[in-house]
Amino acid sequence: MIVYTLKRLGLAALVAITVSIISFMLIRLSGDPAIALAGENATSEQIEFIRIQYGFDRPLVIQYLDWAHRALQADFGESPYFQQPVTRIIGDRIGVTLKLGVMSLIFAVAVSIPMGVLASIRPNTWIDRIALSISVMGQAMPSFWFGLIMIIVLGVWLRLLPISGTDSFAHYIMPTIALGYYGIPAFMRLTRSGMLEVLSSDHIRTARAKGLRWGKVLFKHALRNAIIPVVALAAVQLGFMLGGSIVIESVFALHGIGYLAWESIGRRDLPVVQAIVLLLSMIFVALTLLSDIINAFLDPRIRVK
Amino acid sequence: MMGSKLKRIGWIGFILVITFAWIAAPVWAGKKDDVLNIAWEKELETLNLYYQTAREGVILGRHIFDRLIHRDPESGEYKGCLAKSFKWIDSVTMEFELREGITFHNGEKFDADDVVFTLNHMSNPENKVKVYQYVGWIKNAEKLGPYKVKINLKDPTPAAFEFLAGPVMIYPDEYYQKVGMKEFGVAPIGTGPYKVVKVTPGKEIVMKKNENYFKESPKGQPVIGTIRQRTIPEANTKMAELMTGGLDWIWHIPKDQAEKLAQMPNIDVVAAETMRVGFLYFLLDSPQVKTPFTDIRVRKAVAHAIDREAIVKNLVGGDSKVVHTTCYPKQFGCTEEGVTKYDYNPEKAKKLLAEAGYPNGLDVDLHAYRDRPYAEAVVNYLRDSGIRAKLQYMQYSALREIGRARKVPMAFWTWGSNSVYDISAFVGNWYKGTGDDVIRDPQVMEWLNKGDTSIDPAVRKENYKKALQKITEQAYTVPLFTWVANYAFSKELDFKAWPDEIPRFYMSKWK
Repeated sequence: MIVYTLKRLGLAALVAITVSIISFMLIRLSGDPAIALAGENATSEQIEFIRIQYGFDRPLVIQYLDWAHRALQADFGESPYFQQPVTRIIGDRIGVTLKLGVMSLIFAVAVSIPMGVLASIRPNTWIDRIALSISVMGQAMPSFWFGLIMIIVLGVWLRLLPISGTDSFAHYIMPTIALGYYGIPAFMRLTRSGMLEVLSSDHIRTARAKGLRWGKVLFKHALRNAIIPVVALAAVQLGFMLGGSIVIESVFALHGIGYLAWESIGRRDLPVVQAIVLLLSMIFVALTLLSDIINAFLDPRIRVK
Repeated sequence: MMGSKLKRIGWIGFILVITFAWIAAPVWAGKKDDVLNIAWEKELETLNLYYQTAREGVILGRHIFDRLIHRDPESGEYKGCLAKSFKWIDSVTMEFELREGITFHNGEKFDADDVVFTLNHMSNPENKVKVYQYVGWIKNAEKLGPYKVKINLKDPTPAAFEFLAGPVMIYPDEYYQKVGMKEFGVAPIGTGPYKVVKVTPGKEIVMKKNENYFKESPKGQPVIGTIRQRTIPEANTKMAELMTGGLDWIWHIPKDQAEKLAQMPNIDVVAAETMRVGFLYFLLDSPQVKTPFTDIRVRKAVAHAIDREAIVKNLVGGDSKVVHTTCYPKQFGCTEEGVTKYDYNPEKAKKLLAEAGYPNGLDVDLHAYRDRPYAEAVVNYLRDSGIRAKLQYMQYSALREIGRARKVPMAFWTWGSNSVYDISAFVGNWYKGTGDDVIRDPQVMEWLNKGDTSIDPAVRKENYKKALQKITEQAYTVPLFTWVANYAFSKELDFKAWPDEIPRFYMSKWK
């Protein structure tokens, strides 16, 4: 287990370094950073002064190491648009994205696992078909459209929920459903296929032959085994939900970092884009690592492969 | 067994209570709570308003800050605001007697030092304000007494009153020097009818009525207790919020949507003319990018390719009008007399392109930043004439930056002149060698300079006319049409729209 964890950790570190190099290069893609910082009507002496002051004249490797060192201390410089430290801007908004991501994941799991279990114990019946339809719809429907439909139905017609903003918990309900719905198909199908496989195995037959109650067999013996890949998937899905909330944040005016990234690209606010790319990739790398370790912990076969 | 059941019920109850407590959390709402909820799409870069040029900043500036003088939106008359009286000493000197007893939102006393500091600081090129054309005419300001100030002008500037009544806001000198330019952008302090109590950059700004607002103010006294401005990027979301009472006021609604909103029983819709004029702006030459617009025939081809009447009629609607010069028709000095007008003539456009060496048309980018449907309509017309324009849609500040860096061959710009009723506020930004000007025609610059600095109205008009004639004859820009703003607001709100595109919530009240 330790060897396996160390191997995974090494791999994750390599990915993290690669991603950090890419996001470091991002700001260089827009041209000479010294010219950009100097602003309009700057003389060549001023540009040269800035080049030296900010260390843009040093070798790229040194610049990268210096940048990475500062990034590790959560110092991403200043946003040329807001003229505020990037850390402060992201700090103001990351809470919204995290809250939305975690709530959406909980929603997706809470809906899809019972659905998957139901579908598996009554395969190829109308229950199975309904569950499948719901999951196919979740995959096919664009999230902004689903969001707008919810706004019309739940917000305008029925007036059950607030439409936009983050003032209260109720404000998160619609965005959570819109974002979480996207994750349902994967969980549902994984649970269903896992359950179908486990239910037809010998130990379940034995458990039932022993005269155990059906509910106990289902939840204690079958689901526990079938759920292993779902747990691993959940970690990866959370990463997707954090990164994929751009559209949802914009529809519901949530002002998280997804929407911030989108807007920052439009206004060429590269330090912000850079920081968000790095941050989200790091979260994703960490979650993938976590999912690998959980998987190995739950299923010893993975460790020795 | 019993115990665990009770425990389970307890947990469920706890979760339910928490859920409902959250759901029932107070939501800010309209007339009942005396909170005016407004929303727009724009994320403002800063509330230090000398360092931004967006319309939304101009609007907030009217609420947070005061100016030396005030132009009555109804009569157009100049009245003293922070200044009790004002007069011209000669063509390059102005004198102001200031009001006593006014305080800034933080309690700092308003006096001559604030005026002298603001004017000298903002007009100093080293401080790199983004609205230099509105302060660059100031040579310096001098303190003559604790409540007496003199402004020395570089040259005679007939539009000085317009600038002093508009973009030139007075900042508190002590506070500004203490917190600095950046921090002021998130915690601004003024003397205006509303004070900022909360800023979440890009998300929301909450302003409360200034209870100590000076009684003699020509702007009147604010009535509504709180104004909460939110940034909502999605147009449909904004409209849904307005329909359900989550918002009380929105604007810039597309024509078709405005017509639908007007049918709602609880919503008023007003389509008001604005001072904003749209135009295509060319880059004639640049060391950075290749531009086909060096050739006047290509510029003229673009001008002939666009059916502006059709766009105005079908897309913009309201009181929008086609314009043939880049200025707002009611601004002093704006004229279409003797200017070259380009009719919609795709055949002529194709012929001009062929003459310029593009018999098979050409590929070019069109940069734009607002009202995408209008930009898309322009792109379609250009394509019909063989100008295969690709739309590059981006945020205003990003476009401004690359435009000023001479990297944009053709851009769809709009300009609201900062609501200044003088042509210098328009052409001064686009053809006078400063601000966004990348054309820099020396002859045009000279005429504009004469127009800006003469105190004889006839001489001014004559010089602006010459400049406009050259600009259109050379097709440096393609003037398009004036903008219309569709406002939609709660029937409970007493709101009036003005052509200068500045909603004045300090004049609004609940019905």
